[in-house]
Amino acid sequence: MSSAPHTTDTTAGTAHAPHEGEWRGVDRALLRMRRLLVCGPLLLAGAVAAAVLWATAGLWALLALVPWAAAAWAWSALARNWRSWRYAERADDLLIDHGVLWRRLTVVPYGRMQLVEVTSGPLQRRYGLARLQLHTAAATTDAAVRGLTPPEAQRLRDRLTELGETRSAGL
Amino acid sequence: MTDVRDSRTPQPVSPAGPVRRAVVRLLPTRPEGTPLHPVTPWRRAWAPIAALAVTGLHNAEQARRWVTELSLGWLASGLLVVVPAAAVYGFLSWWCTSYLVTETELRIRTGLLFRRTAHLRLDRIQAVDVHRPLLGRTVGVAGLTLDLVGTDSKDQLAYLGEDEAVALRAELLALAAGMAPQTARHAGEAPAARLLRVRPRTQLAAAALRGSFWVAVLGSLVAPGVLYAVTGSVFALLALLVPALSLAGRTTFGRLVTEYDWTVDDSPDGLRIDHGLLGREHATVPPGRVQAVRVREPLLWRRLGWVRVELEVAGMGKQEGGTLLPVADRAAAAEVLARVLPGVDLSAAAAAAARGPRRARLGAPFLWRAFAHGTTDAVFVARSGLLERRTVLVPHAKVQSVRLRQGPWHRSLSLASVAVDNGAGGTAHARLRDADEAHALLLAQADRSRTGRRTARAERWLT
Repeated sequence: MSSAPHTTDTTAGTAHAPHEGEWRGVDRALLRMRRLLVCGPLLLAGAVAAAVLWATAGLWALLALVPWAAAAWAWSALARNWRSWRYAERADDLLIDHGVLWRRLTVVPYGRMQLVEVTSGPLQRRYGLARLQLHTAAATTDAAVRGLTPPEAQRLRDRLTELGETRSAGL
Repeated sequence: MTDVRDSRTPQPVSPAGPVRRAVVRLLPTRPEGTPLHPVTPWRRAWAPIAALAVTGLHNAEQARRWVTELSLGWLASGLLVVVPAAAVYGFLSWWCTSYLVTETELRIRTGLLFRRTAHLRLDRIQAVDVHRPLLGRTVGVAGLTLDLVGTDSKDQLAYLGEDEAVALRAELLALAAGMAPQTARHAGEAPAARLLRVRPRTQLAAAALRGSFWVAVLGSLVAPGVLYAVTGSVFALLALLVPALSLAGRTTFGRLVTEYDWTVDDSPDGLRIDHGLLGREHATVPPGRVQAVRVREPLLWRRLGWVRVELEVAGMGKQEGGTLLPVADRAAAAEVLARVLPGVDLSAAAAAAARGPRRARLGAPFLWRAFAHGTTDAVFVARSGLLERRTVLVPHAKVQSVRLRQGPWHRSLSLASVAVDNGAGGTAHARLRDADEAHALLLAQADRSRTGRRTARAERWLT
C-alpha cells in the first residue's frame, strides 16, 4: 500500500467502504419482471408437458416436475440476485455491486464518465423500470444499474452528469 | 474564414487561357485547402499491376497462351479504355482531396462521388506519425497518420512532399500542444536528443532468444521430419518444410525488419521513435498520453536482464504502434520509461509486486506464482505470465474504472481479483488476491486515482 497523498480535502471520503445506509437497492419491479420472464415459460412448459404426457404416456407425466422444479429454483435464485443489486453514490465515485455466484463490484469515478445513458424497453416501461449505463473511455468498463424507477434513473443521470462536469478530467 | 492559412490555399485560377477556364469549369469544385502531392494517385496503381504480375507468374503457361491468343488490336483497345479511365479517376480523386489547418481543427476532404469531410480536433490528437514506404522514399514523399482519442480508425494523409509532411507534423503537434497558431506555423521540428539506439546485434540476439522463434523453427523441422519418417517421400517433406520455414522466417524476420535500427529521441513534443529497415516508420509519443506500460520478459531474456516495453496509448494500435523499446536492458528501459511516465521507477514498481496468498495454488497450481500485484505512489502494478513475464503499470491518474470480481471458487477460497481499466481499452488484472485485501484495494485504488488525477499534468502541456 502506498501512502497516497491525502490533500486538504474535507468532502471526499478516504478509502472507506460505504456504510449500509449509503447503499441503495433496486426496484422490486425488476424481480417481478424477471420472475415473469424466467418462471412463466418454465411453468407453462411444465403444464403443457404434463398434460400431453398424461394423455399419452401415463406416469411419464412426472417428467413435468423437472421444469417446475427449475422454476421453483429460479424463483428464489432471482430473488437472491435481485437482492445483490445495489449501488452507492460516494463523494467522488459511483459503486455498483451485483451478482451472487459471480460477484462484480465496479467503481467508476465521476470525473471519468464520458456518457450516461438511460434506456428503457417496452417491457421495462410496462414494469416502470429503466436501466442506467455509464460509459468511460475504457470500453471494458461494464457499469450498468438495472431496475431503477424512471424518476430515480433521471435523478441519478442528472446528478452524475453534473458531478461529471465539475470533476471532469482529461484522459 | 480568417483563420485559414492563406499561404497554402490554392490560388484562384488566373484567367490566363479560356481553354483552361473551360476545363476548370467542367471539373467539380475544388475543396478549399492544400492539395496532396501529385504522386498520390499513383499509390494505388501498383496494386492491380502487382496482382496481374503475380497471377501471371503463378499460371505462367496459361498467361502465355492468353497473351498470344489476344490479338494486338484487342490489347490496344483495352489499354486505350482502361488507362485513360484510371488516369482520369486518379486525377479527379486527387483533385477532390485536400486538407486545411485551422486554429482548432485539421480538415481533410476526400471523395469524388461520396464526399467525406473529416474534422480532426487538434487537442484530441494523440500522435502524428510520418511513414515513408520504400517506394515513397525513392520518390521523396511521405504520409502522415493521425491518431485521435477515442477513434479506432486512423486518419491518413498521404502523400505529401517529405519536407511538407515533416513541417505539417511539427505544426500539428505544436498546435496540439497549445502553441499559438501564428508561432506554431513556424515552430518547425523541435530539437531532439538521442536517448537510446538499439544495436542490430542486440536485436538479432534478442530475436534468436525469443521462445516463439524456437517454437517456429523446431515446429517447422520436427513436423516435416516426422512426416518424412512416416511416408519416406521427399516431396511431402518439401511440401511441408518450405511453407513452415517461410512462415517462421516471416514472423521473426518480419519483426526484425520493421524494428531494425530502433532509435528513441527525446524532444519537447514527446518521444520520437524511428525504426525500419526498408520503410522507415516514425512515431511520436506525446507526454501525458500514455495510459499504461507493459513490460515483457521472455524466459530466455530474463537472465540477460532484457525487457521489451510496450505502451498503451489511447487510439494507438495495441501491437505495432505501441512498442516503445523492442529490446533493452533494464536500466536503459527504466531511463526511457521515466521520460514517458515522470516519477515512475521501473525497479521500484517491480519490487512492489507481491504474490497473493498461498492458498490460491489450490485453484491455479502453477499459475498462482506468476500473479503478483503491488502499488507505488505513481502506478498500479500487475504481473502475470509464467514463461513470458508480463508486468503492466497503470498510472493512478489514468485509471478509468476499478472492478472487483469474485467467482464461486474464488469465494470458497476467500479470494478475489481486481481489474483496473485504462483509457486505451486495456485492463490490468491483479488476480487471486485475498478477498479482504481486494476490497480494500478497490476502494484505495479509486481514492488514489482521484488524488492522482488532481495532481496530473494538463493535457495541453505547453499552456
